[in-house]
Amino acid sequence: MKKREPVLIANGQGFWGDSLLGPIRLVREGPLDYLTLDYLAEVTMSIMQKQRARKPDAGYATDFVKMIDRVLPELVKKDIRVVANAGGVNPQACMKAVLAVIEKHGIKGIKVGIVEGDDVLGQLDELMASGEALANMDTGKPLSTVRASVTSANVYMSAFPIAEALDQGAQIVITGRGTDPGLVLGPLIHEYGWKKTDYDLLAAGTVAGHIVECGAQCTGGNFTDWQRVPDMARIGYPIVEAYKDGTFVITKHAGTGGVIDLATVTHQLAYEMGDPKAYLGPDCSADFTSFTLEQDGKDRVRVRGVKGAAPTPTYKVSISYEDGWKAVGQLTISGPDALAKAKLCAEIVWKRLEMDGCKFSDAEKLVEFVGANVCHAGIESAERHDSTEIVLRLGVKGRDKEKIERFGYELVPLVTSGPPGVTGFAGGRPHATEIIGFWPALVTKPRIAHKVTVVTAGGS
Amino acid sequence: MALVPLSRIAMARSGDKGEGSNVGVMARSEVAFRFLKRELTAERVRQHMRIINHGPVKRYEAENMRLVNFILQDSLGGGGSASLKTDAQGKTHALAVLRMVMDVPQEVLDATPAG
Repeated sequence: MKKREPVLIANGQGFWGDSLLGPIRLVREGPLDYLTLDYLAEVTMSIMQKQRARKPDAGYATDFVKMIDRVLPELVKKDIRVVANAGGVNPQACMKAVLAVIEKHGIKGIKVGIVEGDDVLGQLDELMASGEALANMDTGKPLSTVRASVTSANVYMSAFPIAEALDQGAQIVITGRGTDPGLVLGPLIHEYGWKKTDYDLLAAGTVAGHIVECGAQCTGGNFTDWQRVPDMARIGYPIVEAYKDGTFVITKHAGTGGVIDLATVTHQLAYEMGDPKAYLGPDCSADFTSFTLEQDGKDRVRVRGVKGAAPTPTYKVSISYEDGWKAVGQLTISGPDALAKAKLCAEIVWKRLEMDGCKFSDAEKLVEFVGANVCHAGIESAERHDSTEIVLRLGVKGRDKEKIERFGYELVPLVTSGPPGVTGFAGGRPHATEIIGFWPALVTKPRIAHKVTVVTAGGS
Repeated sequence: MALVPLSRIAMARSGDKGEGSNVGVMARSEVAFRFLKRELTAERVRQHMRIINHGPVKRYEAENMRLVNFILQDSLGGGGSASLKTDAQGKTHALAVLRMVMDVPQEVLDATPAG
């Protein structure tokens, strides 16, 4: 197996729904050793469990299979390995689909690996019986309070099984739920042989993974000083240039848009940050206050000195459950007097619903006047209500699906039975959709086992 | 001293954390960081964001990033998919905090390049 230093690991997909161009351009526009792709959000797992319940070969990120179909010849030609959490709740079906794509291209000998073991939906009762309370980390309530409505349960797995699949020669590794930084850490463990007790190195890989996990959010996307970000349409996706001693450089392909400097990288380091001294993961606790950042030429930021510590004895489990219904709809209201008319419209909707015996409490309903400072409500320097038009956004939530559906009928009628200038109802009547609740919990590590399987395309 | 928006001396990034959001405020200079360490308290951010966030505010610092990080514990109108709000993930909370008007000493402004 080819060992190299540095190793170039890119992230081409920051979340489910990210631009299709990210991975394609990373593969085409410069050198790369690994392409990582993140397809899972908490709500995704719940949706995928439902898909699999209806169809046994569904429940994974089909976008990933389409992506492989598009870039496979280049992946093979450039010997780029892929690590993706596209397996969702059905990594085996995802692997089958990828193997079929490889066969379609007539390419032989490529190994595809999967990591399983994160999906504990079928083991929940067994885990609870063996003494795992799976209590909600935020509220302390035991899982038994919502057990009947649980729709998915997935453990945030270690990055070591990813390395194991790579060790066995997999060119494409498909996982279920793991941590986002683990997609970068896994290849580093494989390349450099980092051990389970190399906490500083594992923390360095975790910090690197955190910086690139949201794609272009570290290369000038969602950046305070957006005016100075060049060519955002062709923004470069991030690449970790990683060294064996744990130092790494965040960079991007030459000629792409965006910026990599101390400010853009620090922005992403701060993203979804809790206590910077203790960033907890399955393989280590990383100290985000320990390292130094320095500019190392144009669009290159070097990070060195990352310190880590031993991980906790538990894995985090992400459990989702059915938590009621909601509906949200909107109308556009033109001036003159846009805001006053929008307020009247909202009042009319609630009154008409009440006239039909359908009353929502303040906690169950939402009124927003988009265009009159919704996002920065209450902040004095942002309060200026002089919009020439307003988007009225109304929403309700609750346990009773029929009541939520009933709400949907009273929005569009405002066009003919409300004040003048009401339009923008093209989306039609809003419908009730399910609310997916999240239940973060902990599980003792020895209770969770992983399984790595590597299969050769077109072979036995 | 001059009244300026926080964005004159700092940048910020926000994102969701359960039923709350985090806002990481990064000073544009060392001098500005020292000023923010002293002046940008959890209570001040709580007051500023009181209509958006209904819970307590936690505060952390990271010198290496000139970062003051705030956790707004109840700022999304319910977590995950339970929120009805336009900004259900707190994406705009960074810019909301940067709108805070602060009385900043002239020497801090002189030592801090604007964005």
